[in-house]
Amino acid sequence: MNDLMERLQRDFGVDDITVRKPALTTFRVKKDSAETLIRELRDREGYTHLNFMTCIDYIEDGIFTLVYMLHNYDKKHSLGVHVDISRENEDMVSIHTLWAQAWTYQRELREMYGINFPGSPRLEEDFCLEGWDDIPPMRREFDTKEFSEQRFGHREGRHSEEPRDHMKVELYPNRGGDEK
Amino acid sequence: MKNSLNTEDTLENSGLTEEEQLLFSNARPRAYEPYPIKAVEDFANWARANSLWILAFGTGCGAIELRPLMTARFDANRFGVAGRPTPRQSSVFIIGGYASVKTLKRIIRSYEQMQGPKFVICLGICPINGGMYFDSYNTINQFDQYIPVDLYATGCMPRPEALVASIMALQKKIKAGECDGANRYVENFDWYKANQKKVIKNWDMPDYNW
Amino acid sequence: MKLPFGRTTSSPISTGHSASLDFAQPEPVDLASGKYVKLWQGPQHPGITGNMSLELTLDGDTIIDCKTHVGYLHRGFEKLMERRSFIQNFTVVCRIAVPEPTFNEYLYSHAVEEISGIEIPERATWLRTMNLEMMRLASFLMWIGGQGGAFGQYTVANWTLAYRDYVLDLFEEMTGARIYHMYIVPGGVRAGLPDGFEKRAREIMDGTEKLLDQIERVMYNNTVFKARAKGLAVITPEMIDPYGIVGPNARACGVERDLRKDEPYLAYEHLDFDVITGSDSDAYERAYLRLQETRQCVSLIRQCLDNAPTDGPFQADMPNVLHWKVPAGETYVKAECTRGEYGYYMVTDGTEFVRRVHVRGPSYTHAIAVMERLAVGNNIADIAGMMVSLHTYPPEIER
Repeated sequence: MNDLMERLQRDFGVDDITVRKPALTTFRVKKDSAETLIRELRDREGYTHLNFMTCIDYIEDGIFTLVYMLHNYDKKHSLGVHVDISRENEDMVSIHTLWAQAWTYQRELREMYGINFPGSPRLEEDFCLEGWDDIPPMRREFDTKEFSEQRFGHREGRHSEEPRDHMKVELYPNRGGDEK
Repeated sequence: MKNSLNTEDTLENSGLTEEEQLLFSNARPRAYEPYPIKAVEDFANWARANSLWILAFGTGCGAIELRPLMTARFDANRFGVAGRPTPRQSSVFIIGGYASVKTLKRIIRSYEQMQGPKFVICLGICPINGGMYFDSYNTINQFDQYIPVDLYATGCMPRPEALVASIMALQKKIKAGECDGANRYVENFDWYKANQKKVIKNWDMPDYNW
Repeated sequence: MKLPFGRTTSSPISTGHSASLDFAQPEPVDLASGKYVKLWQGPQHPGITGNMSLELTLDGDTIIDCKTHVGYLHRGFEKLMERRSFIQNFTVVCRIAVPEPTFNEYLYSHAVEEISGIEIPERATWLRTMNLEMMRLASFLMWIGGQGGAFGQYTVANWTLAYRDYVLDLFEEMTGARIYHMYIVPGGVRAGLPDGFEKRAREIMDGTEKLLDQIERVMYNNTVFKARAKGLAVITPEMIDPYGIVGPNARACGVERDLRKDEPYLAYEHLDFDVITGSDSDAYERAYLRLQETRQCVSLIRQCLDNAPTDGPFQADMPNVLHWKVPAGETYVKAECTRGEYGYYMVTDGTEFVRRVHVRGPSYTHAIAVMERLAVGNNIADIAGMMVSLHTYPPEIER
């Protein structure tokens, strides 16, 4: 594993290598060399199984981090490849030619985050949402509670408690819920 | 064909040919009248209550407990309940839990194809006030704004015993003559349609042509 | 080799989806020519495994194009989980895969425990294993009924669904609920086994074995079932890695991949079982493999009942869950559910809310990419059987 990581560092300039557990290592690679790196891992290093492809929204840094999880069945080891792209209308290289299942993940990311994968088949088709007219919902600036209240309404009589405040009143009734 | 409740949008000036117009009807739905003699109406209600045929549409989580309901242990068949694959032959629509916007469109379409008198049972808390998906962008919060509901059964998901109890409660209600969901839908058709269109944005079906 | 009804052992591909990895777009057909019919199977359809639909283009009785439409059950779980604290999430996750909820609870708890470094006691490990195996048994029983029903053997469906109720009774004793148990919590499990549970569980396991023998006689030796299921929806070994096919669908091809043996978790390294493989993954082989795995389930549950410790703590010491801040980290945990590799990818950032949870359900690829490819060239009457033989559950596709 270490020589694989050293080789990747040398050839592709990966950084941020973290061993999460013996069977999982994650690292970050630049966007330009991501597809070549993934292809190399699939063809030469035996990471033939694509577990999933997803995205994390770091709105405070202004980036989307795409995560590709690859698995090697012989060595029973997984690699999590992190690729940072910008949040504003950036295209990402499509990997639909590497795995025949990848186009579904890319279709979902297009709908949920707004990331474009040029060349990926049937990208414009709706995946989960129909007639969606707002921003892609998994983005962190989308407030789902407010959207639900405005679009679907709110039935009177629903009573919600914030668990911590409720427990404070339960535990310290004489002090009015004060924890001192 | 433009879909609106505007009376100027008729079939005649929609731009369709004669043959295509024959495929559609822009008649509004009709309420069914109860029988004038009370004894006959009571008899009809008794018959309706004892042959509740459920539409086989597993709309959400609730469908998982509908299967055991039909097996020998709980045996819904002894109440006259059977599952039917088509809305034209069924009279009860069981909404199993939450309804996403995409499913709601199909629920409306199936509901309108059912012939009155028809009844709706909602399972769980999600159709009442959103339940645990109260803050979800894709599930509706109040189901009876879109389709009239006759009965709510509580539970997540309701056990088959609860479903049997709800069938019996529905039977009692029908025999008392209180289940008029289909007529309520007709009388408040504009209100229901306005609510539905507020939520379903890609309205590509006719308003009522069944 | 020519089988009845014009099927061959290799799945014929007429438009588009080619055997190579280049994803060729299917040639568009001229729908106005009157030669083709477009048909939607679902969502209101008794022949669909749940609430999803297939848009089929037919030429007579033969399917030339299939598109899967999902999203009818989309609740936005991944977004909702970011708004709830760690302990609130565990009540929500079991609804992600409605017919088989327990694996979600286990994987969520395991992911949180891994990131925060909590070790669960041994008794909890065994109880979790037993709970998961019972869930697998209940799910397989429902599946066998579904596969029979898809080909017209409704008697078998009634038998298995009725018998599955006994297993749900056991769940009710163990956890308090029939379907959504919420038993596996971060830190362990919620309770130990009640008195008399072992005796009742063993009785039901004996009954299950007898039922499975009967089902083998009635369903698997049935001429109609054999004629319809053999040669249907063949998955070749070359399709496995490009499509990410996991679970019994892949094992029926002969590849020996089972997460319980390859990367053991919970108490599986102490249990004695073999990985069952088939030789040629058509619908009949897959169905038979699942029947054998159900028998294996019964044996595993018996082993758990024999070996589980009966005293000791069943929950680790947990921090105050209302103020629980999990340290920043990232992990991917997986388990072998009835359908294959089920995974949870979790990213935390040290606050009280999880940063990102992604649920990898096996039906994501089986129902969309694989189904669209296998459906082409088949008869419309076989679509229901094909979909059930891939064992897809729609809620985990769109979460």
